[in-house]
Amino acid sequence: MTNQTKSAITFDKVSKHFGNVKAVDQADLEIYDGEFFSLLGPSGSGKTTCLRMIAGFEKPTKGKIYLYGEDVSNLPPYERNVNTVFQDYALFPHMNVGDNIAYGLMVKGVSKPKRMKRVDEMLELVQLKGYADRKPAQLSGGQRQRVALARALINHPKVLLLDEPLGALDLKLRQQMQVELKTIQQRVGITFIFVTHDQEEALSMSDRIALFREGSIEQVGSPAEIYEHPATSFVAGFVGTSNLVSGELANRIIGRSMTFSIRPEKIQLGDLNAEISSDSYSTEGVVRDVVYLGLYTRYLVELADGGDLVVVEQNLKTTSMDALKIKGKQIRLHWKKEHIREVGR
Amino acid sequence: MMFQRISSYFYQRPRLVLGLFLGPPLAYLLIVYLAPLFNLLVYSFYSIEQFTGLVVREFTLSTFGQVFNIANREIIIRTTIMAMSVTIADALIAFPLAYYIAKFASPRLKTWLIIAVTTPLWSSYLVRVYAWKLILAKEGILAWFINLFHLDGVLNWLLSFESIGGSSLALSPIGMFIVFAYIWLPYMIIPIQTALERVPASLLEASSDLGATPIKTFRTVILPLAFPGVVAGSIFTFSLTLGDFIVPLTLGNSKFFIGQAVYSYQGTGGNLPLAAAMTMGPVVIMVIYLLIARRLGAFNAL
Repeated sequence: MTNQTKSAITFDKVSKHFGNVKAVDQADLEIYDGEFFSLLGPSGSGKTTCLRMIAGFEKPTKGKIYLYGEDVSNLPPYERNVNTVFQDYALFPHMNVGDNIAYGLMVKGVSKPKRMKRVDEMLELVQLKGYADRKPAQLSGGQRQRVALARALINHPKVLLLDEPLGALDLKLRQQMQVELKTIQQRVGITFIFVTHDQEEALSMSDRIALFREGSIEQVGSPAEIYEHPATSFVAGFVGTSNLVSGELANRIIGRSMTFSIRPEKIQLGDLNAEISSDSYSTEGVVRDVVYLGLYTRYLVELADGGDLVVVEQNLKTTSMDALKIKGKQIRLHWKKEHIREVGR
Repeated sequence: MMFQRISSYFYQRPRLVLGLFLGPPLAYLLIVYLAPLFNLLVYSFYSIEQFTGLVVREFTLSTFGQVFNIANREIIIRTTIMAMSVTIADALIAFPLAYYIAKFASPRLKTWLIIAVTTPLWSSYLVRVYAWKLILAKEGILAWFINLFHLDGVLNWLLSFESIGGSSLALSPIGMFIVFAYIWLPYMIIPIQTALERVPASLLEASSDLGATPIKTFRTVILPLAFPGVVAGSIFTFSLTLGDFIVPLTLGNSKFFIGQAVYSYQGTGGNLPLAAAMTMGPVVIMVIYLLIARRLGAFNAL
């Protein structure tokens, strides 16, 4: 699907300042045609501001934004072939579902019969057949979400922007919509740019992710790259849980004083006198805390050399009783050398 | 301890609480507002004995017949046209201001603007009407201003029309229109501003995002959503103009308005039934007005 040679959106040193606040600072970004691209980061990291600049709701203070090679930095929203699914859906309360979806066509002056036909197609795409006459107030959150999606897709935008569209939905519905969004994206073949603060969502849906921190882009890469090779300690900490080890402790464990990250699921728990193979690192400690979470159990281990590590183990054979019994015990932790990642800062 | 017992006593009797809250205002409304209105309706079906001037308490439609004689019919039409013109003018003046207050002004400026809009209501309405009489007088500041721009020809031309003119602005329907529009303006601005305040910015962005120019967004999103506010405001400006008698009394000429007619019928005329029947005029007009407003969908968004 993704066309790596054709760029859909290009940010050329884009900055956006609100007074003294640098919401986005010198961001460079390349999003390819047909990609499902996520802007991930904590709130206030500049991801939504970037999305709003692509939509045209904000103008960059400095730098240029290109949409398929065309400089759109100063075009108003209604002259850009880009559509948005808003966080609060922003459905027009005085129009029914059909008119909401047809709005983009109505504005363009498409005739009513043609509009109705397209609305029916869109309703089928988002699985809301027969809802055209309802008012938005009569729909559930998930249904409103679908209407917002249909409304944004009816104009065949070159790029679809989604601003935390699943934030207001409950967990089950959110997971269902994640799958559906992905399916729809593959069907329509449009570039999707998805803003989220939920790393799991970003990992599961995206072709590539840009990780934002305080207005700058920290790392851009595929979910696997970001998860397996975090470029900085911030990325390692934000995407998934990660143990960061540095300084003297690192020196004691691996014999070098550098900062590295190790994912909790890569660490194994063993007896104090367990045999450690030469391709592994090991250290010992006391289990301070055990949290049984059904699918897996999370252990907090206080190390003899100082500091602590989080370990996650799937409950393949363990019952909750087994897991809780370990609390307070002396144990040995070990993991394969290849699983540690050296990170900057 | 005692308060706790009282609280739990009421907590367990929600209906009693509801009754205590709603009872007094409902009773007030019934006794002070609806009962006299009903009384008025009853009186409008009575008539007056020509010689004695006493009210004859017998059901008759003759009083209503008088309401529709030529003189009174002209009064009703004249008043309705005035009320409509004032309402339209106020809506046109109020909308941009309300829009600015609701969507563009900073929170600080917004407070100041709302205060500025409502301050005129702090001073007596009578004082303001008399102030306007001075402003509009033949030798008044407005005439001076108009002379300054050499537009006195235009003013005299306007005043020469029999239906809207008069000897000076201070004694003409044009003058009344200006004063009415000024006096009721806050009642139009505030409801529109409140309605616009409730339109989320994301709706305007969504409209623009989907390809609508600002003008199109205004027509298809802003105006329909602000319409209930315009109707609410127009109910004030329209009904207040319909019933007012001070402005016509102060600035009018010999041509009566409804309020003035009612005032003179029940005062100097002593014809209470006719005054009551005339009062039913604005009531009926308002009911028709509200029905039209409902037809136009003004209350759909409530």
